[in-house]
Amino acid sequence: MNVVPMQFSKANHSVSVRDLTLSFGALTVLGNLNLDIHDGEFLVLLGSSGCGKSTLLNCIAGLLEPTEGQIFIKDKNVTWEEPKDRGIGMVFQSYALYPQMTVEKNLSFGLRVAGMPKEDIAKRVARAAEILQIEPLLQRKPAALSGGQRQRVAIGRALVRDVDVFLFDEPLSNLDAKLRSELRVEIKRLHQQLKNTMIYVTHDQIEALTLADRIAIMKSGVIQQLADPVTIYNRPNNLFVAGFIGSPSMNFLRGELVEEGGRTVFSTHGVSFSLDGYETSETLKAGRKVVLGVRPEHIKVDGDLAGEEVHEAVVDIEEPMGADNLIWLKLAGHTISVRVGGARRYAIGAEVRLGFDMRMASVFDAGTEERI
Amino acid sequence: MADVSTLKTVAAGSGAAANRLSAGPRGRKPKRVLSRRNIMLYGILGLAALYYLLPLYVMVVTSLKGMPEIRLGNIFSPPVEITFEPWVKAWAEACTGLNCDGLSRGFWNSVKIMIPSVVVSIFVASVTGYSLANWRFKGSELFFSILIIGAFIPYQVMIYPIVIVLRELGIYGTLTGLIIVHTIFGMPILTLLFRNYFASLPEELFKAARIDGAGFWQIYGRIMLPMSLPIFVVAMILQVTGIWNDFLFGVVFTRPDTYPMTVQLNNIVNSVQGVKEYNVNMAATLLTGAVPLIVYFLSGRLFVRGIAAGAVKG
Repeated sequence: MNVVPMQFSKANHSVSVRDLTLSFGALTVLGNLNLDIHDGEFLVLLGSSGCGKSTLLNCIAGLLEPTEGQIFIKDKNVTWEEPKDRGIGMVFQSYALYPQMTVEKNLSFGLRVAGMPKEDIAKRVARAAEILQIEPLLQRKPAALSGGQRQRVAIGRALVRDVDVFLFDEPLSNLDAKLRSELRVEIKRLHQQLKNTMIYVTHDQIEALTLADRIAIMKSGVIQQLADPVTIYNRPNNLFVAGFIGSPSMNFLRGELVEEGGRTVFSTHGVSFSLDGYETSETLKAGRKVVLGVRPEHIKVDGDLAGEEVHEAVVDIEEPMGADNLIWLKLAGHTISVRVGGARRYAIGAEVRLGFDMRMASVFDAGTEERI
Repeated sequence: MADVSTLKTVAAGSGAAANRLSAGPRGRKPKRVLSRRNIMLYGILGLAALYYLLPLYVMVVTSLKGMPEIRLGNIFSPPVEITFEPWVKAWAEACTGLNCDGLSRGFWNSVKIMIPSVVVSIFVASVTGYSLANWRFKGSELFFSILIIGAFIPYQVMIYPIVIVLRELGIYGTLTGLIIVHTIFGMPILTLLFRNYFASLPEELFKAARIDGAGFWQIYGRIMLPMSLPIFVVAMILQVTGIWNDFLFGVVFTRPDTYPMTVQLNNIVNSVQGVKEYNVNMAATLLTGAVPLIVYFLSGRLFVRGIAAGAVKG
């Protein structure tokens, strides 16, 4: 038998976005965007407000018409399909529960619209209610529910549709901090249980890092980096990603590469830093203007030093945060932050010795802002 | 020992401070009932109420008097002998033109005109407002602007063209014709009302319903309508009073046997034959005004809530 290779196969891709462009008049929100999401993957779209992440989600849901490009869900071109025919369920930030209906009617609305037999509806609602533990709430109206319960019902409404792809549009942003972390864990558990594809929009990097299989960081309608959380955190593609992810944020030292004793080192304000241990595919050429990025926890202080190159710094201010203690230091004309254990306290003006962990550092070209 | 003594002085000092504090004002500040502000406020409110209630009082009082008593000229004096004769006459016997069956005919004509006009105009305007708010189409903003401009065109300009259009359609002088006219003229303000209200409802609700597979009419009927009771009450009040009180369209677009109550009232009050029966005129006027008045009394609270709800965002 002659097997003809399928030219347009999107094997193992649950959702594929091809050359997607969306503009409102002269304003281009999404420009030529491509994205492949694997089967069963939890993908987080992360970015600050106005970066186009919700717009992208609305395009996938079919609530916004793309100007150009295609969207595939389960290998089916759904670009012109109605939202209901795309095999998606969606959860909104404001819950968007129908206020005049009870929880049960909210859950079953889509199924009733589709004309499903009553017994099947009851089964589906019962299953969703059991998974989300909202059985006691079924006869209540949304107004009589707390924020967390409402969001659970909203998730349930997506659940009863028995779809392949779940879309979450900042589902936890309206909740207070404690509930948010609780529901975050529940969503993660739900994903492990159902193994559906989930696309999750948020501006909260903690949510992104804790939930995602892969994170797509967006800025001005362009995906800056698409990778797993560890890579995003430790090997950011560019200066934007490096600065966006991490709290407290990464220290950036502007300087240049110089030749010193036969090696290329980073130099700023006359102080040079050895780049031993830094992995790069490029050859580091002297004279290039660069930005050195080091996270606060990747700088060792005093007792932790283990043979690294040592720099002297002066303590400027101290921010105790319970488990950790963040100390701000003056070093070579820069103010940098270093994370140390919560028990270690420093007097202002004290001199400390620092060692940079260059294996975990990032070097960016000062012009293109891309990682070297 | 030194420690203890300092402690004592501190304690004594704080005790004295507490005494001094407790002597001063405490709790809610008392308000004077007869303050200058209150006298002004209630005085003006009372005057305004009097201004509106006095004519009403005169009308009610006059309608309960017999003609001899009215001729005495004391319009403010209460009736010596209360008679409901004028009310009965106004309702069932007063003559207008050819027939002498009182205002009752006009009342039923008005009901027949008002109910379908209110229902049709509110239905059309709410669907228009809903589609303008939620199903934006190319040129929908322009369409809306043109519709609003319609509110500023004087009725008189459009009467003659509409008469011709209705005549060509063969429905001039019929109830259908008048219902269409009322629906058209109610559109600008009602559409504005409904569009702004629907636009103030969370957009995500509409999106959720679309994901759930509901179409244009299902979202309208099952999601939007149940959430919009206040604005429907507002629209209903506006239309009931507007259509009930309408004189111009009633006189232009109906025939004498289908005249609405207002036109009939005018014919009774302005009849030039015989004596002026002030008591009958007053009773007839009160009867005609009763419907909008009752509507206001029954739904005033909802009306205010609806207006406020629509005004939040638009």
